[in-house]
Amino acid sequence: MGEEPAPPAVLDLDELQIPGGGHTGRRHILSILVENKPGVLARISGLFSRRGFNIDTLAVGPTDDPRISRITLTVDGALHPIDQVTKQLHKLVNVLKIRDLEPRETVARELALFKLAAEGESRGQIVQFAEIFRGKVIDVSKRSLTVEVTGTDDKIEAFEDLVRPYGLIEMVRTGEIAVARGRSTT
Amino acid sequence: MRAVDAIVECLKAEGVDTVFGLPGGANLPTYDALYDGGVRHVLCRHEAGAGHAAEGYAKASGRVGVALATSGPGATNLVTPIADAMMDSVPTVFVTGQVRTELIGTDGFQEADTTGITMPVVKHSILIQDPREIPRAISEAFHIARTGRPGPVLVDVPQDLSRVDIDYDPIDSVSLPGYQPTVEGNAKQIKLAAKALANARRPVFYAGGGVINANASDELSELCLADAFPVTCTVMGLGAFPAPHDQWLGMLGMHGTRAANYAMDEADLICAVGARFDDRITGKLSEFAPRAKFIHIDIDPAEISKNVPAHIPIVGDAKRILPKLVREYRALETDGSRLDGWWERIRGWREKHPLGYEDSVDSEIKPQYMVEAMYEATDGKAIVTSDVGQHQMWCAQYYDFPKPRRWINSGGLGTMGFGLPSALGAKVACPDQTVVCLAGDGSLQMNIQELATCVTENVPVKVFLMNNHYLGMVRQWQELFWDRRYSGVDMGTTPDWVKLAEAYGATGMRATEKGSLVETMREALATEGPVVVDVQVTKEENCYPMIPAGQAARDMVG
Ligand SMILES: Cc1ncc(C[n+]2csc(CCOP(=O)(O)OP(=O)(O)O)c2C)c(N)n1
Ligand SMILES: [Mg+2]
Repeated sequence: MGEEPAPPAVLDLDELQIPGGGHTGRRHILSILVENKPGVLARISGLFSRRGFNIDTLAVGPTDDPRISRITLTVDGALHPIDQVTKQLHKLVNVLKIRDLEPRETVARELALFKLAAEGESRGQIVQFAEIFRGKVIDVSKRSLTVEVTGTDDKIEAFEDLVRPYGLIEMVRTGEIAVARGRSTT
Repeated sequence: MRAVDAIVECLKAEGVDTVFGLPGGANLPTYDALYDGGVRHVLCRHEAGAGHAAEGYAKASGRVGVALATSGPGATNLVTPIADAMMDSVPTVFVTGQVRTELIGTDGFQEADTTGITMPVVKHSILIQDPREIPRAISEAFHIARTGRPGPVLVDVPQDLSRVDIDYDPIDSVSLPGYQPTVEGNAKQIKLAAKALANARRPVFYAGGGVINANASDELSELCLADAFPVTCTVMGLGAFPAPHDQWLGMLGMHGTRAANYAMDEADLICAVGARFDDRITGKLSEFAPRAKFIHIDIDPAEISKNVPAHIPIVGDAKRILPKLVREYRALETDGSRLDGWWERIRGWREKHPLGYEDSVDSEIKPQYMVEAMYEATDGKAIVTSDVGQHQMWCAQYYDFPKPRRWINSGGLGTMGFGLPSALGAKVACPDQTVVCLAGDGSLQMNIQELATCVTENVPVKVFLMNNHYLGMVRQWQELFWDRRYSGVDMGTTPDWVKLAEAYGATGMRATEKGSLVETMREALATEGPVVVDVQVTKEENCYPMIPAGQAARDMVG
């Protein structure tokens, strides 16, 4: 094989395109490794508010390395140019790595606790729903039931819709956490 | 040694010869170390003055500027210069004292959450928690401040920790896993940019302060001169391309020249270098340079496509990228005559709309003439610092800066009171150069206390005060857009500036006549020590041309 021929110097400026990466129109899960130092979370949340970006959900926890924490957050790519969000995050010195997880190559889970006013016959109905959703009843009192449900945010929202009519006293959600599918690290 | 002695050692290791600051309880240990530590300390009269002096020092020299303050009010007084340094990417390190560790969070005397307050306006900040971290923290602060896109870094040192004895080993390398600026620039993108330039018929180079930060002015000129590329600069970029010059269009943006703004408007290709498409440049975004494709060269990836989408983004250090782009461009052996038509158009605008003003028929000093007189008196060779307002824009328009680091102003934050302290810092950094501060009568009062610093420290800056007795820029907007309802802009009883200068131990002069202005300025320049020249100019003069806020280049008035 010879050398690649030099490209012709002629270029029609009209052919130049803007590389993509702006508003994607979908929800993004950003998995961010940060140094486990004081103030890091404040820097990240401060950056979001300062730049006018909304965080939909946020989950923070340790990793297998005590010096490093992982922040998983979800952002609406219809409202914000995701590449701006990630580029601004990258500028924080304590941010080590950001991965914008591809939905199809990611498993994401969230845990939610539903406290329901379950009296009379609705009790049985709720327990049944919980089973269908592979949820667990984790607390019972005379006038309430608390159910734990794990899953994608869709699943949790579906469960919420289902049980709301039975008297939802309160709901607590962790925000999604996620890992890349397969052997590779997130 | 004590941790504070290590701080001073670190400063010396970073090549710092001078720091600016003001002491207090929480940084007493630092001041004790400075007493005989071998670094010059310039005692400013307000921490804001110290911070701006550090900025002036950095902008004039390219070295990192350092300012010190105590906890609480000392630190909060630094907030404005820190924000200013962030907006204009000035390499600066701020070392603040903090209350003793056990008092943090208790609302202790002079406690303020300094890292919290400054978080949105720093490039990075470090709150010391272990005295042994101090040397590394200082080295990291300098590394972060000066590399990549420069900016302010704050190190907050609790008083008790600063007194602890530590082992000091000079830090010779810093490695931060989360901080690795891209410098080289993607070769393919550079090739593509060269091709685009070779095929452009109406190209414009739009250069900003990033070129100056990168020390890449020569490289920029070489590229622009590789063909007859027209060049314009932002208010931060003035001096990045030598003015005056055939290919120089003047400044662009709100108070830029018509030639520059119209060229942007009609360009088919705009090559932005170290510039960030600020709203004072673009005006109405949807109508900004509607026919252009964009090459955007910047060290900060987040600037690319932030406001205006770039067709050919190139992330990296302009000093590395521009020479490669020159080589690629030259290799294409283009025919320069393709730009003839474009130049004809540009020359048409230049001839039809040169920068100009109506001079007085009597002896009245027009503000624009004052800048011209300053240019003449200084031979166009001074380092000029400026406050913020009309005088700043007139200076940007009428003083041609032939070199980088000669024009020092607050562009991004637009901080009144920047001029005098930054002149102090610039003169300390460059004692052999003439340093002039073009002040506004409103702005100068915001940091006039630094005249005492100039006198005591024997820093002979020359302040040329453009005295229009108004907060002139605001008055101009009220005249043009608020139906002449002058609200809160008349300076009323102004100080007698000559007496004030003398009270500070400086020399005061006054100029009221056009005919002798240059002479008076020359006299001021020849006078030893700091001088304030009160130049009485036309009170109600407007700065033109102008793109009214939120409008397009085509809508320029005046
Ligand atoms: C700290 C600060 N406060 C307010 C402003 C708003 N402002 C912009 S220009 C200006 C007038 C400045 O007056 P002067 O220094 O006399 O300059 P002139 O416009 O008259 O030349 C003001 C108040 C500012 N830029 N900075
Ligand atoms: Mg004024």
